[in-house]
Amino acid sequence: MSNFGYVAPTSVEETLAVLQRATDQGQRTQILAGGTDVIVQFRSFDNSHRLFVDIKSLKETNDVRIENEHIFIGAAIPSGVLNENAELKTLFPGLLEAADLIGSTQIQGRASIGGNLCNSSPAGDTIPALIVNAALCVIATNEGTRTVPTENFVTGVGRNCLAAHEFLLGFQIPRPSAGTGDAYLRFIPRTEMDIAVAGTAVSLTLNHDGICERARVSIGAVAPTPLLVSSAAEALVGTTADEDALQQAAQACSDAAQPITDKRGTVEYRRKVVGVLCRRAGAIAKDRALSNRNCE
Amino acid sequence: MSKIYVSTTVNGRPEDVLCEAHQTLLDLLRDEIGLTGTKEGCGTGDCGACTVLLDDRLVCSCLVLAPEADGKEITTVEGIADSQEGLHVVQQKLLEHAALQCGVCTPGFVVAAKALLDKDPNPDEKTIRYWLAGNLCRCTGYDKIIRAVQDAAQELTPTK
Repeated sequence: MSNFGYVAPTSVEETLAVLQRATDQGQRTQILAGGTDVIVQFRSFDNSHRLFVDIKSLKETNDVRIENEHIFIGAAIPSGVLNENAELKTLFPGLLEAADLIGSTQIQGRASIGGNLCNSSPAGDTIPALIVNAALCVIATNEGTRTVPTENFVTGVGRNCLAAHEFLLGFQIPRPSAGTGDAYLRFIPRTEMDIAVAGTAVSLTLNHDGICERARVSIGAVAPTPLLVSSAAEALVGTTADEDALQQAAQACSDAAQPITDKRGTVEYRRKVVGVLCRRAGAIAKDRALSNRNCE
Repeated sequence: MSKIYVSTTVNGRPEDVLCEAHQTLLDLLRDEIGLTGTKEGCGTGDCGACTVLLDDRLVCSCLVLAPEADGKEITTVEGIADSQEGLHVVQQKLLEHAALQCGVCTPGFVVAAKALLDKDPNPDEKTIRYWLAGNLCRCTGYDKIIRAVQDAAQELTPTK
């Protein structure tokens, strides 16, 4: 007798009710978006009984709303679909490139940035890119929605702040002001489809004199969770994000990293590479910021 | 738990089947519907042998739960060839270029390559290689497959 279940609720209320009922009955629930991590983990090493709660039939998790103040991106949208959205690509090129780095064409037909975040791997490529764009995670709860800054969402390796009866609806991201650019770079030993050895995202805003007024830097795969590195951002603010400033930001990233040695790289190597990636991603973000200065 | 009723369309044909929550779309196609053209390679989304179209989007059927197919349209390798005209040009060119040996990866390559040519009838070599990077082949070394797809594109848009 199989004790697996599958439901695909069509409203947020129904989804929450299903989660609450299962939790009350002591049944394990598993939120399913693209499933490219969930089903692999389920089939490879954790095949315990559970109720799959498919959130792809909800309007909210599939929604993209581009408004004056904020942009909302639904949690379950496949990265292949996101990357067909020209407006999003213009607004957040770094974030969409990060999504585009994950997996093959087939995987991108399913995998979502919401799933990438909720999988909560230290090496999730879109997480640093969400963090530098100051994305707020919009979480459905029985008391309405609550929001959590992305940098506070992941709490450990494979762990996050979602309670069993909650789920991620999507991301609310402030519209980038004029003169803002973002970028994400990761290092892998192959040309594509691998897990990051280290990754760095940078977003910065330049004023009309080319001075950096705002910066956010985030590093991935070099600590138990992706990290927001405020010391790296401070090294950029007030400068023209020139070589020297980028070098200082890079050093701040290397200092903030708490990597481990594993088959993908050593502590020393990751520490060095995460800084190099900061310098290079910073240069790309700067170029994008310069070309965005005149489009208000 | 009782079985789940799934009403889906496979290669244009309605299919009503019962499945279990933890079965995959690949299991559904092969074991319940009897379409064994779609192969299982790795079972973890790495090899692309199980590639199908799900509502016109390329997916690994091993990473889709069977009940997710409800209300969806699926195209497998069995749905690629035209019953009137015979093999699709991608299939014909794979044959002509001897771009297969054991053939386990071929159904996935056929579905993926056709999806590319439907989207972009005139792709360059780099585009083809990146698009097919999720399809692994341990026999051919890929070059013959890439040349076959280039040749198929040429035949579809002879002006190139």
